[in-house]
Amino acid sequence: MCALTGKPVSSDPFIEFRNVSFAYGERPILNNINLSIPRGKMVAIMGGSGSGKTTMLRLISGQIRPNAGEVLVDGHNVAQMNHQQLFEHRRRMGMLFQFGALFTDLSVEDNVAFPLREHTRLPDSMINDLVILKLAAVGLRGTQKLMPGELSGGMARRVALARAIALDPQLMLYDEPFTGLDPISLGVIAHLVKKLNDALGTTSIMVTHDVHKSLDIVDHVYFVSNGSVVAEGTPAEVRASSSPWVHQFVWGEADGPVHFAYPATSTLQQDLGLKGKQHA
Amino acid sequence: MLELLLSPLRRLGHTTINAIWRLGFITRFLFAILRYSGQSLLRFNLTIREIYFAGVLSVIIVVVSGLFVGMVLGLQGYNTLSRFGSADALGALVALSLLRELGPVLAALLFSSRAGSAMTAEIGLMKATEQLDAMSVMAVNPIARVVAPRFWAGVISMPILAAMFNVMGIFGGYLIGVVMIGLDAGTFWSQMQSNVDLHADVVNGLIKSLCFGIAVTLIAVFEGYDATPTAAGVSAATTRTVVTSALVILAVDFVLTAFMF
Repeated sequence: MCALTGKPVSSDPFIEFRNVSFAYGERPILNNINLSIPRGKMVAIMGGSGSGKTTMLRLISGQIRPNAGEVLVDGHNVAQMNHQQLFEHRRRMGMLFQFGALFTDLSVEDNVAFPLREHTRLPDSMINDLVILKLAAVGLRGTQKLMPGELSGGMARRVALARAIALDPQLMLYDEPFTGLDPISLGVIAHLVKKLNDALGTTSIMVTHDVHKSLDIVDHVYFVSNGSVVAEGTPAEVRASSSPWVHQFVWGEADGPVHFAYPATSTLQQDLGLKGKQHA
Repeated sequence: MLELLLSPLRRLGHTTINAIWRLGFITRFLFAILRYSGQSLLRFNLTIREIYFAGVLSVIIVVVSGLFVGMVLGLQGYNTLSRFGSADALGALVALSLLRELGPVLAALLFSSRAGSAMTAEIGLMKATEQLDAMSVMAVNPIARVVAPRFWAGVISMPILAAMFNVMGIFGGYLIGVVMIGLDAGTFWSQMQSNVDLHADVVNGLIKSLCFGIAVTLIAVFEGYDATPTAAGVSAATTRTVVTSALVILAVDFVLTAFMF
């Protein structure tokens, strides 16, 4: 029970997927997904490439609509929102894209100020102060005048994070926040994400396949494969899981329920023209 | 055998339907731009910025080309006119050719290859690097924030660039006719003044360049927005912008000329 509101914390889902299915044309991506994400928690959605993880984020942000089922954010069905409501919903939401997606024609300062200038009528001096505070939060105060092309990958990701939290969102979506980072940047960004989540009380959803770093910072994990949730649990449960699927994913094994090799119809010997010959 | 006969027919049908579908799509895109133009007109500094990139940076190429076209007109015009003993009409010939046809058409062709291609590539790359998605997820409509200011910048810049082209062209004609060949300056200018009509020649030329501005910029922003978000997709879209713009400029020019003159 939450001491302040008296509500049971776990039964207050901020985001709910109810029997959600989605397909791009004929190609099914999600198949009857059910999951719920409690308010203020940090949840990771893991799965191999092409398992439909990013599609789930796009459903939450309303960029696409499910073919069946409903996606509820704070009790509202995203698919039924009109243009105005959808933009209201997105204003309360921040999203960190896989490669940052900084506006390449704007300086770092203008990138972070972008949501503030578009959605508030704050005076310029206050916007400047907010930009400096947000950049300080990601450890990049002093980079205001740089252009995105002058930043390293890790720095660009941190600027994008500062931009995503500019309006103090209630909901943060992270699309592969750790991809392509060196171990130091990766550690710094993971730490930042956790710290920001705790400080702002944001509900966060992180789509990732970086198992060990995410298990250190999240409260709950969902594993998605072929468009369905195949396992879930807290990080401790996941580490101790006896499920062969989870075990293979967490420990990165090539053999297991997930086949690494494409199911080719011919053998390697046939493809190499070695038919009949014996090779060790 | 039947299949052999039918297959080109089917391809023709497919191409035609596809072209009509795209025409419908681009028309709806134009309406979307007009609908979300409020911001680019209220926050005019967004549009000013794009006028700088599309218009101001095209001034050099337009001015230099205009000068050369005018000089060529001076040479060729003098050559032809002097055969009929009417070299005095050179001023009128240069001015009318530029104001009615060459100015609007050539300035539009130059604008589409200099600024239109850049717009397509920029918007296409913004799409490929998820910048348009990021904007839309931040509750900012990319058509209002990215496309509309560029569209208006093109529409505003085009007639001004065409006017600059005309002025430089006339100056080029003057350099050849009067300074180099030695025609009388008074005759050159007075012939031009008495033969050029403000409405029929100058205004119609400006209307033409305004139409070209709308067409070229619409094609450029549409191709960028519609580009396949990959390196190959953006490069194909940029090529399409230049090729389609050139064809559309010449076709629209024919239609407008038929109605105007």
